[in-house]
Amino acid sequence: MLELFTKIIKTGNRTEPLGEAGNQIEVLGGKLQNAIRQKFRGSLAIREVDAGSCNGCELEIIAMNNCYYDLDRFGVHFVPSPRFADMLLVTGPVTRNMETALKMTYEATPGPKLVVAVGDCAANCGVFGKDNYAIAGAVSDIIPVDVIVHGCPPSPTDMIRGVLAAIEGSGSPG
Amino acid sequence: MIHEANTWFAERLSDHGIVTRYLEDHHPVEMSCLQIRRLDWTHAAEEARRQDMRFVSLWAAEAGAHDEEALYAYMAFAHLEHRHVLLRTDLNVDDPVLPDISRHYVAAVRMERSLQDMFGIRVEGLVDTRRWLKHEHWPEDAHPMRSSFAANTRMEPNAGEYAFIKAEGDGVYEYPVGPVHAGIIEPGHFRFHAVGEKILNMEERLGYAHKGIEKIFEGLTAIQGSRLAGHISGDSAVAHTWAFAQACENAAYLEVPERAVALRAILCERERMANHIGDIGGVCNDGGFAFMNVQMQRLREDMARAHQDMFGHRLLMDLIISGGVNCDLDANSQHRLSEQTQNLASEVEELRTIYADHPSMQERVIGSGPVSIEDAKSIGLLGYIGRASGVYADARVEEAYPPYNRLQVQIPQGTFGDVATRVWVRFEEIVESARLICNLLKDMPDGPVQTDFIAPEAGISGFDVIEGWRGEISAWVRFGQNGTIDRYAVRDPSEINWLGLELAVREVPVPDFPLNNKSFNCSYSGNDL
Ligand code: SF4
Repeated sequence: MLELFTKIIKTGNRTEPLGEAGNQIEVLGGKLQNAIRQKFRGSLAIREVDAGSCNGCELEIIAMNNCYYDLDRFGVHFVPSPRFADMLLVTGPVTRNMETALKMTYEATPGPKLVVAVGDCAANCGVFGKDNYAIAGAVSDIIPVDVIVHGCPPSPTDMIRGVLAAIEGSGSPG
Repeated sequence: MIHEANTWFAERLSDHGIVTRYLEDHHPVEMSCLQIRRLDWTHAAEEARRQDMRFVSLWAAEAGAHDEEALYAYMAFAHLEHRHVLLRTDLNVDDPVLPDISRHYVAAVRMERSLQDMFGIRVEGLVDTRRWLKHEHWPEDAHPMRSSFAANTRMEPNAGEYAFIKAEGDGVYEYPVGPVHAGIIEPGHFRFHAVGEKILNMEERLGYAHKGIEKIFEGLTAIQGSRLAGHISGDSAVAHTWAFAQACENAAYLEVPERAVALRAILCERERMANHIGDIGGVCNDGGFAFMNVQMQRLREDMARAHQDMFGHRLLMDLIISGGVNCDLDANSQHRLSEQTQNLASEVEELRTIYADHPSMQERVIGSGPVSIEDAKSIGLLGYIGRASGVYADARVEEAYPPYNRLQVQIPQGTFGDVATRVWVRFEEIVESARLICNLLKDMPDGPVQTDFIAPEAGISGFDVIEGWRGEISAWVRFGQNGTIDRYAVRDPSEINWLGLELAVREVPVPDFPLNNKSFNCSYSGNDL
């Protein structure tokens, strides 16, 4: 146990101020009233949905929670079900085999809700392309999207910027 | 380089009256491809089993546009001393029927189901005839890998339901999970049957991440293909691009500069370390030991940052291309990388002591989800999952491809096959990878990092295997006209290892499933393609 505490003290606090976004962030929505966005601020619950990604985007989403980025400090946290989520964070080109599941997840999320499409695949099907029997489309072809974060994959900083942009409802901060 | 044909398996088959014909348009000859008669197909698999060969993969390919109309089935096996060997047989184009081999190699079942789905090949004698990658909403006659099926076909939705295995009995309840999971992981469906807390049976239903990857490969150049290969499974970008590149280079008999080879291995070992570190954190998180997870994710982030800094990509994507690599390290970066790798390894060792001395964590992992040596051998489990259960297959040793031919790779040999052993193997591999990286950096060959890739003639195929962090990736490519690829058949280790998870979690309490699943961490995208 002593070693454990020593390690905690030795490691110290590694959390950093949030950096600038490196990839483009597109804010599409504006469908939410500012008053509602205000309510999300400080306590936003996200449900992550992998609609067919290569798992690269997931690795960076997991990294949003590491001590350097510490997503929690922005009042944003992941939840295990869409039923109590305010936002869906969706990755991947939407595969034919995930299309229904994505729609159902969207429907199961109570309104008002936000959708952030993360990664080039989610934005425009990326390396896998739209002209493909196995792919239903980009995320915005299947469900309404508020913010798109580009990159393959986008960095954790880009993703946090994208999530915050969705709550703030303003243009690209990066 | 002198290439000597591998005739060992052909001789074994001939002892049993199976006639083989050596295919000259397949490279390298050390991993030869033998044509056999269709009626010998199952018998050949039986003989491979008798010779203690490991099942590697099963796939099909239509003949390319350069050839007469034909449909081929392939299977590959590996022998500890006699390397990899491929068998091919001809199928009837209009009514393709292939005999089943799953009674000798259970790991072939899902691949056979995929052949039925993707090629419309009927596998005769296959016990499980349900669809696999092709979900119920696809039209019955859709066989995307046939040339008659256009890549951009918009399929009309169909109705139908997957016939999950049913369980009956007092107090048995069914518990469906997914495809959207509770954690931040890839999509897939698990169907549990449980009594009280205990899992009786868990059935996997995968294919949700199917992106038509093998179809997209058709018509790409080897350079374009390298980029796509990096996204077959984004956590294994290096291993998959390396496997693809090496298959192409074998087809073309192209020698890659030594410096590029060393850099590839450095990237691959770094990828292994990063994933092992992240996953050990994940296992501990699922076991309620948040401290370890925070520490491990911190180290993983340190690695990602070093990768961004030295190679230009946090996850090492798009760095390997056919003919070499897209990156280089100057003397200063070499020094920094070596130092960072050593520091990481010693921090991991320090954390390992804390992990080992933490009884509440050990309680969860020791004895949980065991896979017996017998089962592991029978399935042919790969990578750290195999190595935790007495199967020590490692392509870096079996094939000893460069640069591993000049490095003595140490393989951890576990036997208990539980979560604790899988974690132990991964700790061991982190240390070993760090050692390999430092050795490679110490004797970095000079010279260029790339050579022009010149595609071989139409009809030439190439095969190779790479030991990624999850285990052996097998890759077979065939070139068609104009130097483009007309078929790429890749097998991620997960296609085999997923079967191990189903066995491991029997009798495990439901709340320990995530812990077990994380200790396997199979790829969905790599499996579903
Ligand atoms: S954007 Fe890139 S990293 Fe993300 S899922 Fe697509 S290919 Fe993978």
